[in-house]
Amino acid sequence: MLKEGAIESRLVAGPLVVTTWPRSFLLPPHSRGKLLRDFNQSTVVVGHGYASFQANRRSLISFSDDVSLLVVLIDTNPFFWSTSSSSLNFHQFVSHVLVFLDLIVRLSQLNQIVVIATGHNTCDYIYDSSLDTDQVTGEGELPALYSFVLQRLEEFVDKDEKLGAKQEGLSEKRASSLLSGSLSMALCYIQRVFRSGPLHPQPRILCLQGSPDGSEQYVSIMNAIFSAQRSMVPIDCCYVGSHNSAFLQQASYITGGVYVKPQHLEGLYQYLATVFAVDLHSRSFLQLPRPAGVDFRASCFCHKTTIDMGYVCSVCLSIFCKHHDKCSTCGLVFGKVQSDAASDRKRKVPES
Amino acid sequence: MNNSEKKRMNGEAEEENEEDVEDEGRDAWERTYTDERSWEALEEDESGLLQPIDNKAIYHSQYRRRLQSLSATSAASRIQKGLIRFLCVVVDLSKAAGEMDFKPSRMAVIAKHVEAFIREFFDQNPLSQIGLVIIKDGVAQSLTELGGSPEAHIKALMVKLGCAGDSSLQNALELVHDTLHKIPSYGHREVLILYSALSTCDPGDIMETIQKCKKAKLRCSVIGLSAEMFVCKHLCQETGGSYMVALDEGHFKELLLEHAPPPPALAEFAIANLIKMGFPQRAAEGSIAICSCHREAKVGEGYICPRCKARVCELPTECRFCGLTLVSSPHLARSYHHLFPIEPFTEVSARQLELSRVASKTCFSCRESLLTPGTNKAGPCAACTKCKQYFCLDCDIYIHESLHNCPGCESRRITPAAASATMS
Repeated sequence: MLKEGAIESRLVAGPLVVTTWPRSFLLPPHSRGKLLRDFNQSTVVVGHGYASFQANRRSLISFSDDVSLLVVLIDTNPFFWSTSSSSLNFHQFVSHVLVFLDLIVRLSQLNQIVVIATGHNTCDYIYDSSLDTDQVTGEGELPALYSFVLQRLEEFVDKDEKLGAKQEGLSEKRASSLLSGSLSMALCYIQRVFRSGPLHPQPRILCLQGSPDGSEQYVSIMNAIFSAQRSMVPIDCCYVGSHNSAFLQQASYITGGVYVKPQHLEGLYQYLATVFAVDLHSRSFLQLPRPAGVDFRASCFCHKTTIDMGYVCSVCLSIFCKHHDKCSTCGLVFGKVQSDAASDRKRKVPES
Repeated sequence: MNNSEKKRMNGEAEEENEEDVEDEGRDAWERTYTDERSWEALEEDESGLLQPIDNKAIYHSQYRRRLQSLSATSAASRIQKGLIRFLCVVVDLSKAAGEMDFKPSRMAVIAKHVEAFIREFFDQNPLSQIGLVIIKDGVAQSLTELGGSPEAHIKALMVKLGCAGDSSLQNALELVHDTLHKIPSYGHREVLILYSALSTCDPGDIMETIQKCKKAKLRCSVIGLSAEMFVCKHLCQETGGSYMVALDEGHFKELLLEHAPPPPALAEFAIANLIKMGFPQRAAEGSIAICSCHREAKVGEGYICPRCKARVCELPTECRFCGLTLVSSPHLARSYHHLFPIEPFTEVSARQLELSRVASKTCFSCRESLLTPGTNKAGPCAACTKCKQYFCLDCDIYIHESLHNCPGCESRRITPAAASATMS
């Protein structure tokens, strides 16, 4: 259970504002009751009967085609959350997400969820609904799932801050989170589910991201996207930041997922429940938000501007906007056969 | 000496006679099981349930040997790889391709696996092109031109192909040489020959043709389906390709798919050049235009060439009117993992894992337990040299074959100071 009293969140580094968790739980009491009443499932699931419910679930081996495994990647980057000027702050965001996770669990007895947190300096697993150690029963005001996830999130944010404490303040204004790390971990987990046998739920990945794209992660994120495309795992994204994320738009387009940038962030739960709660089989019957226009143009390496036409080095595939004599990435001179010394050195290596 | 040799030969002949006598009483399908009895490898545990055969360790050791051989060839310094490849696949459809030692026939097996190879090839090398050539009745014909669309090649291959006549290696090489002579100088010229015959009927001196190919910088590789031939071996040695002979269907598939990733390139084989490419934008929804590939009016979904504004249906392609190569940035990004490969993980024995101070013995990326199932002892695993995290064997294979990112390294933030310290 959460402690009474203010719990300081460690969403801090450098010149940023310290925020504190509110005294009571995240949702104000009157709206929490309303949300719970709106669920038309039985309330036995929550809290007391949770352990026996899980035991019964495993004896059912008929996986119908609308069972899903949802891997949620939550962005906890403090640089984004403390400077975001939108109407959503971190504890409101987490409350929307927790209610959404509860919805997924209740939609089908066989649904599984895994939560991975994307921090600024590290990524880690927060919750796995199929693990025995993560089955919690609880009594009291909060559903057991909520308090467990909140506690683990708080531990993760502490760890993230400690890892960052050794570094000096960031020089760049836009600090990105480690999306490529959590995407890679999610894909490895999904491969493990595939290996577990012929009966398994259909996996998909949901990215709840707000931080801007980090250009140093471009190659890793594209590798993860192509691997997801090969394993047929859709990557959905609900982007809560200010400008659109080009990486995540490409990810959703290439893997066949859905990209949504909600206009009214106070109603985030409604976007999550109507668009992302549906399993993959039923998506063919719904009209989900379609991408408005994914920009696949490349940006040149010298000026970082997007270009329509450019020159590509045939050896290292770097893109330039103007004709150069020498490639700045691989150092080769264009249009000429290489010098004898260089070619001798390179010729020796393959033969050995 | 002579007597003992004779006796040994007689003994062997007697054994063969005995086997023949026994085999005559059996049907053909029974004879295939005389040597290999796969059911004898099954074991039962104490309650009578079948135990699964532990293929995992064997599979992983095979995978590691392959990885070691690959990394040994691309030694310390970064080797250039030929990313823009022009490959001609030559399929031998002589009478030998109708043999039934590969079920149902060599030709059917070749066609099936070449289809899978073409898809994998375009997946790994989106900027490259393939052309198909067949050898039949001693004559080589070009089945498809050099092109970048996998569907066109597969459709041409799946048409019912018959096999007849002799095979002619020289004719095939001449045809391929003429085809590949016309391509631009930045492309890598490669030939992959799938040879089933045991002979070649040539109109001239094949050694001259081989020298001609060598001068034109064609890299010829051969996969043989019957037995090793000197002429093929000589061809591959002269041109720098690889010659392998397939033992069975599974081995053939493996050998074929080994040619999909780009091979290490010798610097003088292709001159580095700046290629002008266009990055088209998607056409607006609901816009109507006549597409240049099908010559019919289409609505919406297409791309517009930035130079001549013609509409094309799919990428990557060459604009039909102005000749500009049109690609999108994901196509270039597909080849980046060849340029920035990750290091192989080191193998960690069970003892080392037990001695390590890791708290929970689970794989870092998939959180599966690293302990051998059923016991409390640690099993074998792999560790990354840079981030020192532990991974299970299956994640090791997945990371190196498909993902190309180490989750441990990606989950760390390296400051510029630390990065320069490690690089210097």
